[in-house]
Amino acid sequence: MSETYKPDTPEQVLDALKWALAEEQTLDVLGHATKRGFGKPASGHNGLDLSSLSGISLYEPGELVMSAAAATPMSEIQATLDEQNQRLAFEPPNFGPLLESGPEAGTIGGVLACNLAGPRRISAGSARDHILGFRAVSGRGEVFKSGGRVVKNVTGFDLSKLLAGSFGTLAVMTDVTFKVLPVPEKSRTVLVRTEDQAKGVAAMRDALHSSHEVSAAAYLPADIAALSDVSYVSAGKGGLCALRVEGPGPSVEYRTGALRQLLAGYGETDELHTTNTNALWREIRDVAYFVSGGEQLWRLSVPPADGARVLQKITESICGRAFLDWGGGLIWLAITARDDAAHQEIREALDGIGGHATLIRASEDVRARVPVFQPQPQALAELSARVKDSFDPKGILCPGRMG
Amino acid sequence: MKMPTPDSGILSRRDEIIAALSGILPAESVISDADERRVYECDGLSAYRQLPMVVVLPSTTADVAAVLTYCFAEGIKVVPRGAGTSLSGGALPLVDAVMLGLGKLNRILDVDFDNRAVVSQPGVTNLAISEAVADKGFYYAPDPSSQIACSIGGNVAENAGGVHCLKYGLTTNNLLGIEVVMMDGQVVRLGGKHFDSEGYDLLGLMTGSEGLLGVVTEVTVRILKKPETARAVLVGFPSNEAAGDCVGAIIGAGIIPGGMEMMDKLATQAAEDFVHAGYPLDVESLLIIELDGPEAEVTYLIERVDAIAREAGATYSRISESEEERIIFWAGRKAAFPAIGRISPDYYCMDGTIPRTRLPEVLSRMAEMSKHYGLRVANVFHAGDGNLHPLILYDANIPGELEKTEEFGAEILKLCVDVGGVLTGEHGVGVEKRDLMEVMFTEDDLNQQQRVKCAFDPGGLLNPGKVFPTLHRCAELGRVHVHDGKTRFPELPRF
Repeated sequence: MSETYKPDTPEQVLDALKWALAEEQTLDVLGHATKRGFGKPASGHNGLDLSSLSGISLYEPGELVMSAAAATPMSEIQATLDEQNQRLAFEPPNFGPLLESGPEAGTIGGVLACNLAGPRRISAGSARDHILGFRAVSGRGEVFKSGGRVVKNVTGFDLSKLLAGSFGTLAVMTDVTFKVLPVPEKSRTVLVRTEDQAKGVAAMRDALHSSHEVSAAAYLPADIAALSDVSYVSAGKGGLCALRVEGPGPSVEYRTGALRQLLAGYGETDELHTTNTNALWREIRDVAYFVSGGEQLWRLSVPPADGARVLQKITESICGRAFLDWGGGLIWLAITARDDAAHQEIREALDGIGGHATLIRASEDVRARVPVFQPQPQALAELSARVKDSFDPKGILCPGRMG
Repeated sequence: MKMPTPDSGILSRRDEIIAALSGILPAESVISDADERRVYECDGLSAYRQLPMVVVLPSTTADVAAVLTYCFAEGIKVVPRGAGTSLSGGALPLVDAVMLGLGKLNRILDVDFDNRAVVSQPGVTNLAISEAVADKGFYYAPDPSSQIACSIGGNVAENAGGVHCLKYGLTTNNLLGIEVVMMDGQVVRLGGKHFDSEGYDLLGLMTGSEGLLGVVTEVTVRILKKPETARAVLVGFPSNEAAGDCVGAIIGAGIIPGGMEMMDKLATQAAEDFVHAGYPLDVESLLIIELDGPEAEVTYLIERVDAIAREAGATYSRISESEEERIIFWAGRKAAFPAIGRISPDYYCMDGTIPRTRLPEVLSRMAEMSKHYGLRVANVFHAGDGNLHPLILYDANIPGELEKTEEFGAEILKLCVDVGGVLTGEHGVGVEKRDLMEVMFTEDDLNQQQRVKCAFDPGGLLNPGKVFPTLHRCAELGRVHVHDGKTRFPELPRF
């Protein structure tokens, strides 16, 4: 990268893009660069550092809505929400430590652009479900907006969904508006101890089939549970299924009891109160168990009933450590580093099942060689390329970032 | 309403086109007779009518692909239609277009409890999906008022909502996957039974795209276990302001009810006369608040909600004591539109969304407009999420009154946008709000949306004349204006 431009205003972002168009220069768009290790390596001629575009411009707790400049730090957003006892319900992970980019979680724009979500994905959705609107500069050098600041809105195409998960390849978001929600009165976690992964998956299924509104469901095998900082989790010296319930006090107490009763047949049950619950789900959210070890890291999203089967198929031929989140629908898999990151074997395991596998962590040269994102069938790939063209016809934004 | 200029070349080839379509589909699936076509001349926005050139009723994805491949090759416009319940004219036919009815794709293909998903063809009704999983205590959460009739494919096209979306989300938040036939006949699958897409979220983009991007031929939705119990409370207030404050205070207390609806005095009166739900008639504003979950939660929250309501100045409060009573509370609200239909020869239903705190101001300005236009307006309101449904009462037999009503309606929607809201919360733009899009969007905003349309349908053949007030050719939209090729180095800090 030759130079990095650091606009102070959305108008300067527009200037930079117009310049890049005229000069046939490409730009890598950055917030705090905490997720640069995620996706294909950046290969633009120049950097566009948005970190000066920061600050919350609107927060109305009663309306459950917040607007902020795209590079507003997540830490600032969380601190502001904490004051009103609210949160981002999609539980955005902090991949800073995982991707060796420091302790911070980056910016709101980065979280939305990567469409991140934590364990609460199964009950509250992902970043794409919470973004309500944005302002951006397209790769055509034009300012445009979509959506608004209200939840119920079907006015025009939902371009917010498209920008969520686009890794900066369509447009440079300068301002974003998103949903916020109250923090529930109480949260607890039911633990069901079982060495048998199949039993753990069945316990998650039964819990999610109940009316007890489980907000997160994960299975940690013994080797992963042993790494937890929550003593109730690590001291058990075995695998366990963790189920979180959140809500008003009397409701949480009732549901915790009901779940323990429902799942008693799968193994010994236990429960975590607020502090331990928060600590455990933060570890799972941030994939803390795989921060050290230097392995290559895969994230697989699959139909929840097939998670355990897919994992078994993969581990028949590949050595790795893994755990399940999203009721079995999310596999976090760490494998010994290989030149090809075992991408073929891993993706073959999805044949006939569906879903996608993403290489979340690997060295830059491996990510340059290996398809980081799930390859798409031709018709879909061509359609996606036309969508990209419609925003960025000269390909000036984040070239190659999505493969 | 100005629709795209009919293509006389296509119109003159009508017989040939019907013959060709009859070669693609069985004879009974091609409707050319004028009387039979009349069934399709309008959707739920019945003020606009147009006989389609021909109607086809495919039975399979392959049929849909074959029809679209033919129409694409011949340059024939296509208007898709689900159950025809759109309130914005999304399925209004064009005189020179093939109407593609998806009603024969009406089977549920897979009920997968293990993955908590149902795979369905697009013509299945919203309610039938919930019914298919009811025996195991599951349901599909989005519940538009037309759920008995509206199709799941149409729900995807319109991103349908309902009274429970405050807590459970809209169609887009409950959809896992779709199969889409593109205008050129190619079949693309987006999503599946897993969460989130890899690559661009075309599933999210397709949802609510009003039939302009592709034809949905299969839908996979997420199902949820029914809450253990639900109770509703009716609370009456002496003013709309007080009711609005109560809604704010409930959400401010961290409570997200399963449903929270507001009706003004005229709507309450009409609903009560029609359904006899036992609504109080001496209040200016009535809230129906539903709490769902385990018994312990509902009992706890309903007491808190009741206390908040009293503090906000409620003069009436009644908590449902049985499931029958809860259903009666809702019956009045669910019948609010037909109830208005009983007290006025015609009514026009609007659908703006506003930031909820602006409600008192919006209602009082609407009352002023009502006086100005000499037309009554009743209000039903998804109070929790700010989605307003003003019903303008008019008589289409009085010359000029429909036009006056539309003008009033447009004023209301402009007001919604002025206070930070949007033109449509759940009914869609269609033809109805098409010409108001410029109130909310700039030319660049709309051009970018149309460029996305071009990525899917470069010939502009799929449902043209809807959503966008001005149609541009894709080639023209695609041109990039580089500023005189003159290098202007940005004056930015560099590192």
